[in-house]
Amino acid sequence: MKKALFGPSLTPYLLLAPQMAIVAIFFLWPSAEAVRSSFHIEDPFFGTATFVGTDNYVDAVTSSTYGRAARFTALFTVVVSVVSLGIALALAVSADAVLRGRATYKTTLMWVYAIAPPVAGLIGSMLFDQHIGPLKEFAALFGWDMRVGFDYADTAIAMMTVAAWKQIPVNFIFFLSGLQGIPNALKEAASIDCRSPVRRFWTVVFPLLAPTSFFLLIINITYALFETFGVVDVMLKGEPGNNPVTLVYKVFLDGFRGQDLGGSSAQSVILMVAVFLLTVIQFRLIERRVHYA
Amino acid sequence: MTVSSDPALAASWSRATAAAGANRRRRNLQVYHHAVLIFGVALMMAPLLVAFASSTYDPIVIHSEGLQLGYGGEFASTYGAVLFDRGGFTGDITGVRMLWNSVILGLGFAVGKIVISMLAAYAIVYFRFPFGTVAFWIIFSTLLLPLEVRILPSYEVVQSMGMLNSWTGLILPLIASATATFYFRQFFKSVPDELLEAARIDGAGPVRFFLDILVPLSKTMMAAIFIIMFVVGWNQYLWPALMTTDESLFTIVRGIRQILQVWIGANIPEYNKALAMAILAMVPPALIVLIFQRAFVKGLVETEK
Amino acid sequence: MMTLLEAAARHVEAPVHTPSDRALTLEIDGVVKRYPNGALAVKGVDIQVGQGELVVFVGPSGCGKSTLLRMVAGLEAVSEGEIRIDGRRMNEADPADRDIAMVFQNYALYPHMTVRKNLAYGLQNRKTPKDVIAAKVAEAAAMLQIEEFLDRKPSQLSGGQRQRVAMGRAIVRDPKVFLFDEPLSNLDARLRNQMRLEIRKLQRRLGVSAIYVTHDQVEAMTLADRIVVLNGGLVEQVGTPSEVYARPATTFVASFIGAPAMNLLDAVVDGGRLRVGEAAIPAPAGAPQGPVKAGLRAEKARLVPAGQGLPFALEAVEELGATRLLHGLAAGAPVVVAADAALPLPAGPLSLTADPADLHLFDARQGGRL
Repeated sequence: MKKALFGPSLTPYLLLAPQMAIVAIFFLWPSAEAVRSSFHIEDPFFGTATFVGTDNYVDAVTSSTYGRAARFTALFTVVVSVVSLGIALALAVSADAVLRGRATYKTTLMWVYAIAPPVAGLIGSMLFDQHIGPLKEFAALFGWDMRVGFDYADTAIAMMTVAAWKQIPVNFIFFLSGLQGIPNALKEAASIDCRSPVRRFWTVVFPLLAPTSFFLLIINITYALFETFGVVDVMLKGEPGNNPVTLVYKVFLDGFRGQDLGGSSAQSVILMVAVFLLTVIQFRLIERRVHYA
Repeated sequence: MTVSSDPALAASWSRATAAAGANRRRRNLQVYHHAVLIFGVALMMAPLLVAFASSTYDPIVIHSEGLQLGYGGEFASTYGAVLFDRGGFTGDITGVRMLWNSVILGLGFAVGKIVISMLAAYAIVYFRFPFGTVAFWIIFSTLLLPLEVRILPSYEVVQSMGMLNSWTGLILPLIASATATFYFRQFFKSVPDELLEAARIDGAGPVRFFLDILVPLSKTMMAAIFIIMFVVGWNQYLWPALMTTDESLFTIVRGIRQILQVWIGANIPEYNKALAMAILAMVPPALIVLIFQRAFVKGLVETEK
Repeated sequence: MMTLLEAAARHVEAPVHTPSDRALTLEIDGVVKRYPNGALAVKGVDIQVGQGELVVFVGPSGCGKSTLLRMVAGLEAVSEGEIRIDGRRMNEADPADRDIAMVFQNYALYPHMTVRKNLAYGLQNRKTPKDVIAAKVAEAAAMLQIEEFLDRKPSQLSGGQRQRVAMGRAIVRDPKVFLFDEPLSNLDARLRNQMRLEIRKLQRRLGVSAIYVTHDQVEAMTLADRIVVLNGGLVEQVGTPSEVYARPATTFVASFIGAPAMNLLDAVVDGGRLRVGEAAIPAPAGAPQGPVKAGLRAEKARLVPAGQGLPFALEAVEELGATRLLHGLAAGAPVVVAADAALPLPAGPLSLTADPADLHLFDARQGGRL
């Protein structure tokens, strides 16, 4: 808390006005609208809405396509987070330890951050393409007939690969900065106490990285849930058919394609609750980091 | 080890071998780390190299022989066509136009967000007023819900305000999330109190303190947030895809969705052009990240925590 | 509460400047600081500062000295009472309108401005003409010998140089009162001594009144025209350094001012004797009978062969160069005795004694001087 503040006047209200206006119109209003319409069934022709209580929620949760999407989303989130975090951690540890070329490695590994998810999706869908994709050919060497876009599992694997790949740079940057934040004296003390670099890593370095890792886990879950929309959309070429979709993608499909406003809104609200819980965890973490940093 | 009659010599010899062993281990470890990093670089770069290489080939070659890893000689014609040929349904939109639209979106998003959030954070941190705490919680509730989960009602709100196919309708809802406000609040709180006190004794009021002291102090922070927000704005996909049906407002990332729809049903899809567009879409944000690497990493790591 | 006149009347030896001779620059009148949660940081304080006088507020952390200073500066609101500068009520005035200048503990230099801009900023805000600003900055820079740094940023300066810039920023304002908030605590010991002397000379030369807040009693003793000892939001004593040292008004002042701290012993005045435990030494003439706190400065304590005072058991010796400090137990209570280092360490069983005139007697419970 600041000790000496400016006293009450009109100024703070004027300063807040633009942000508050935008938040009210483009955040509060739509969010309230989502909650409202999740309890209604709307008739697109007559523009009427009937209150149906929690029917939309019940329908959404009990439908088989929702269950499938939910299971896929859970798997997708876990695989993308774990794979991306694992590779990024290995790279960060090496980039921190390497004596020569550190800056070059760092730059090369991090700039992929700038690539938009749909752009990654486009390149990925070509790499896995039925006709021209080198990764499909590579899989064929092992007798695996990869049919991305047609086979549920193959499509899922391709989507996870691209989504995880795209997230490696962010994780790498955070892990590397976390590693570089560990005082050198501590690393030196550890090298006197323990000969094995592997053991040293798991007993000293990794526990010190725990706050970073936990924070990144939340970031990755949020990424896998929402920001992969572009990857999914482009890799499915806008035609989901029988292919796996994430929950956010399903909200979009049911709302815009299926014109099922109530059902889509109910799914939105379920996601809102999930994100809310995630964010609460993240905030508690931030507080802790702020206190001990 | 040989047994020496001279214990001192034996000791020094064993120290030497131990040191040699440690050196060897250290060298081996370095080899391992380089191997891991080279693998990582290949993993991150190979898809992009393949994408760029293939974009210089004739689509017929790609169609019959798969993606390429060489130089196909069609660089100028492909990129020229993507950048300057008029396309789309209206026959009016060029790659240059889409890039320019992306610049507008990236700049509008980043600048708008920085200006609005700095003002709000300034009010929250430096003023004591009744509404302050409430405003704080309202603004920060936006961190809870990304645009994706409220996409449909947001669309309807923008539609009802008649802002579809407008820059305002495209940019303002994206600014509604208060991430930058949060960063600036954290930053302002870390500015020593004594600076405000000294400035007040020096006769600076709220406006002067903001312009003379706080804004100059925030320069690196602003630069870092600008870079991140520009990239985030440039990379927007879902919202522009819904909001803009008017092709003259298409951004390059939005254009990728369009090219896919043209592609479905084509005999020989224009792989080269699609990849060229992907490359064009990634070059500007990538350059910004590379050129301002330090500010970018600082911004990312220090603001996200 | 001791007023200025009383303080002046009690002067043992007339100081160079008697505050009562001069016009009052600053009056702190019954000032109270109450926080929104009800806590009292300052519990009713009256202090007057005369023209050109340097008054040091000293006390432990949390005693209210900084809060008091910040109320004078206008950085904290005054809950009760009044603050006047040159006779004008200042309670509601903006910090910029109080004609004060402040030097902060961490200097609070604007990090993005050059030294020159740092000095000029306050004057620019007052719409001072450019040539006047330039002249004042040049004058202050010359006075502080920081001319060669004028175009550097604060980050390129050493701690001592930053300190000078902070002083310069205060000087160019030509204030009625300088306010110093522990300005030397971020400097190393050697620089601190040097800057302390410079602040003193500068303040004398400019003839501007000043309040100087510190927790360091050495700083207080060496700088002050008058010292205000604060404790728990109240004034314990106001007086010249020699006065506060020679006649501490309370046990708190006695133990806070002077290094090593004054020895305080639980004792009983019994006729002409001061009994401590089983032993006794002569009591000062006219001492009230009954239990007291007896104070004795380390340098006034004398060690004599056993049997002539309080039995003394030596526990440790600290060599300070010219003197040495002998730590031990006198009749069971810890005491320190300062002795000339040139003399040999006393050997054999010892006793502690003192001239009755060197003894300070305080109320056993309230701690007030008797």
